[in-house]
Amino acid sequence: MIEYILGHYNYWIVIFLMMTGFYIVISRGNMIKKIAGLNIFQVSVFLLYISIGNVRDGTAPIITEGFTVYSNPLPHVLILTAIVVGVATTSLALALVVRIREAYGTIEEDEIHNKDQSL
Amino acid sequence: MKHNLILRVVSKILIPLIILFGLYVQFHGDFGPGGGFQAGVIFSSAFILYSLVFGLDTAEKIIPPPVLKVLASLGVLLYAGTGVASLLLGGNYLDYSVLAKTPLAGQHIGIIVIELGVGITVAAVMLIIFFAFAGRGRT
Amino acid sequence: MIDTILDVTLLAFIAVTAIAILRLRNLFAIIMLFGIFSLLSAGLFVVLDAADVAFTEAAVGAGISTVLLLATLALTKEHEEKIPSHRPWLPLLVVLVTGAALIYGTLDIAPFGSASAPAQTHVAPLYLEQGMAQTGVPNVVTGVLASYRGFDTLGEVTVIFTAGIAVLLLIGGRRRENQTRKEKE
Repeated sequence: MIEYILGHYNYWIVIFLMMTGFYIVISRGNMIKKIAGLNIFQVSVFLLYISIGNVRDGTAPIITEGFTVYSNPLPHVLILTAIVVGVATTSLALALVVRIREAYGTIEEDEIHNKDQSL
Repeated sequence: MKHNLILRVVSKILIPLIILFGLYVQFHGDFGPGGGFQAGVIFSSAFILYSLVFGLDTAEKIIPPPVLKVLASLGVLLYAGTGVASLLLGGNYLDYSVLAKTPLAGQHIGIIVIELGVGITVAAVMLIIFFAFAGRGRT
Repeated sequence: MIDTILDVTLLAFIAVTAIAILRLRNLFAIIMLFGIFSLLSAGLFVVLDAADVAFTEAAVGAGISTVLLLATLALTKEHEEKIPSHRPWLPLLVVLVTGAALIYGTLDIAPFGSASAPAQTHVAPLYLEQGMAQTGVPNVVTGVLASYRGFDTLGEVTVIFTAGIAVLLLIGGRRRENQTRKEKE
């Protein structure tokens, strides 16, 4: 039983994080908070990939004398690039938030909607 | 933050070390952990720290934004250009084996060159983004 | 053993930080907690043998993202999130149903750390066995990133470049808000 729980613990926490991020994105109106939620979702996906690539008693995939078991290098490659691409796209989203604030004077979704309606 | 003496002294000591570490991560990335993506980010964080402590205008004197734009394009060009070079030398696109006499040496040259391209682009783009955000607040 | 303890503890910390981010309304506190969240996940990546990824996450998540979020906060001059006017029941229902479906999906997934999982048996052994001989690079992650998956990385670099251009187009120039306000007055 303990074995089963430990074998799935990483995935369950990852799903919990994913759902937390998802909930923040769909239930909150503040755009900066929404972006924080999106980032939580993003990190949970990173954790999922790296968890899947982990091999018990393995070591980091740098070939050295004296080691035979290595973790899977492929998820590391994918996530490594995804993190940097993630910060680039996050900054794009933040730039949009700055422009929205300059145009509407607020970053709350409801108020932006009201302003659009009253035009 | 003009009068914050501790921050100024500490960051003056730290920034050269961060840049040195960035260079180490860039060029030692094929033997230890590291590579262009990490090095670019570490490199740009040194300059971000500099401009947070000493002001945006001083930082823009060291790396003028037009230079950053050229650097960002140069990195991608270096990467894509390596592909074209291997194409012209008779290999496939981005097949580095033809770049030198032995395939292994070719692979090594190719990997170092494209990691350099990645590092330059990532560092330049991160600084472009930071300068854009920080410069927007200027009156 | 120590790996398992660290893994369980760090994941619990990460989950607690996520809950705190969800519940707090002060945007500055949210951003600081997000920095902690990234740093904790970078620590977890080290435990999970992903040294390269941990490097990047520590520099990007705890460093650059936090600085950019703070810069946005300074530009938008907002401090508190407003209390949402909608009731949370519908989003909560959506999240619970999706989460339950995903948990159901993990029930017969290969356990964490298993060496015979499908993810471990496809191309990874090839990279690990022949990577050194084919690329001459001991760090397999760099070898795969730069050589085997060179096209992929070229695409990623282009995406970063494009994002930089887009940010420049959006907020690169100086603000014209003051001028337009004067014209209105």
